[in-house]
Amino acid sequence: MISLRDAALSYGERVVWSGLDLDVRPGEFLAVLGPNGSGKTSLVRALLGQRQLSAGTLTVLGRTPRKGSRHIGYIPQQTALPVHATLRARDLVRLGIDGHVFGPRPRTRTVRSRVNEALQSVGAAPYADVPVGLLSGGERQRVRIGQALATDPRILLCDEPLLSLDPHHQRAVTELVDARRRSHGTAVVFVTHEINPVLGLADRVLYLARGGHRVGTPGEVLTSAALSQLYGTQVDVVRVRDRIMVVGAPDEVVDPAHHPELPDGARS
Amino acid sequence: MTTGDGLWQQIFTFDDYGELLVLVRNSLIAGAALGLIGGLVGVFVIRRDLPFAVHGISELSFAGASAALLLGTNIVAGSIAGSLIAAGTIGVFGSRARDGNSVIGTLMPFGLGLGVLFLALYKGRAANKFGILTGQIVAVDTPQTSWLLGTSAVVLVALAVMWRPLTFASADPEVAEARGVPVRALSFAFMVVLGLAVALSVQIVGALLVLTLVVTPAAAATRITVSPVLLPVLSVVFATVSIEGGILLALGGSIPISPYVTTISFAIYVVCRFAGSYRIRRRGARKTVSEPG
Repeated sequence: MISLRDAALSYGERVVWSGLDLDVRPGEFLAVLGPNGSGKTSLVRALLGQRQLSAGTLTVLGRTPRKGSRHIGYIPQQTALPVHATLRARDLVRLGIDGHVFGPRPRTRTVRSRVNEALQSVGAAPYADVPVGLLSGGERQRVRIGQALATDPRILLCDEPLLSLDPHHQRAVTELVDARRRSHGTAVVFVTHEINPVLGLADRVLYLARGGHRVGTPGEVLTSAALSQLYGTQVDVVRVRDRIMVVGAPDEVVDPAHHPELPDGARS
Repeated sequence: MTTGDGLWQQIFTFDDYGELLVLVRNSLIAGAALGLIGGLVGVFVIRRDLPFAVHGISELSFAGASAALLLGTNIVAGSIAGSLIAAGTIGVFGSRARDGNSVIGTLMPFGLGLGVLFLALYKGRAANKFGILTGQIVAVDTPQTSWLLGTSAVVLVALAVMWRPLTFASADPEVAEARGVPVRALSFAFMVVLGLAVALSVQIVGALLVLTLVVTPAAAATRITVSPVLLPVLSVVFATVSIEGGILLALGGSIPISPYVTTISFAIYVVCRFAGSYRIRRRGARKTVSEPG
């Protein structure tokens, strides 16, 4: 579904990641982990066709990614909705289906029933007519997943969808994503800086850090030895029951904070 | 009492109303077009949080109009030129609120200053000067009406074409971009459309009070509905009622049109605000019930 060969991405002089080889299979859950500034969002942008690789090749569903593919469902962080959005949950889902089309469009029954199905499949039907501004973070994220699933995508790209959600809603979000890939064979690329919510679900982990990256099963990558090597400093991975604590990893990539990839106003 | 009566008569006199009505036929036509455009554009002004930009653009539109007045050229063309320069500048230097506001705040007094300069140099009728700032109804002659209607048509077509992607880009920019919506290009395109709409409004309500047609009706509508169909419809209705009502009332008095328009517009907003806060309280109560844990 997704295939990266010796891929590299850089902003001017600064190489974010390089030498990346990765294949994502249908129905696979790939967790992308790493500190801030390690290039997780850049990877998402590359997959969406919004950013070109500086070296290597990337194919998504057998071709170079282009902007606006309906086969990719995209779920951003829940904070990304402008407060002035005067829309109901169902309008947001509908925009996911035909919001990119120019020109007047009649409201058809097919579109309406697809919107209802999408809302129902994520359990958002009870608040379908509530303005998105009045929804809680967890409710909003359910609607987001419904929006992403409304085009029946083959790949789900989740960019920090758990940010500022409490554990209860984090679980609801990850369970919905997990259910989808099991029922439809949708490949999932799940970017997060919190490991534990996706620990039991991820088939493989891509760990990005300043010193390089590691791809492998959670058991292979999330070890003291592997992460110490990635970070270039002593990092301890401690397992407590079914949770993992990473101790000693720097929060940010030590590099002048410089984010040319962020469009103004899109993210703070 | 007599002074009170005199004041009242300045605001409302309806002698010879039928004859006056013929004189403002053009204005009524222009007003209808303006209600439509202002109401529709306003929806996105609210969605994109741009009321301050509207104000900034209208000041430069005023500068353009007064320059045209001084040079003896077409005032509508002048105000459109001023508007487009302002809208373009704001569009390039950040139409999003964070960066945009300082650009607008810088642009606005400059535009106003230029306008005052041109008006000071102008030796013609004082009513013409006053009209650009506060609006006047008899100002609209037949060639001007054609200009207004032509520009309105352009704005209307542009809005119809980009309505849906613009909604997407305004409400949900990240996902819109992921789905291939040209978010930045649309942002710029909307600033141009907004510039045209503001230039049109300046003709009727004057530069100082454009907000009353481009912001207040949509703001009132968002208080009572979030339906993507009802919202623009109500916004247009509110804007049209304000402007046409304002023109009809202004006919009866000897003061400019703007206080009538702004008062109607404001009254609608106040009513919607009260009606809306009731609705939102109800919604909030319902929501907490539906939320499981």
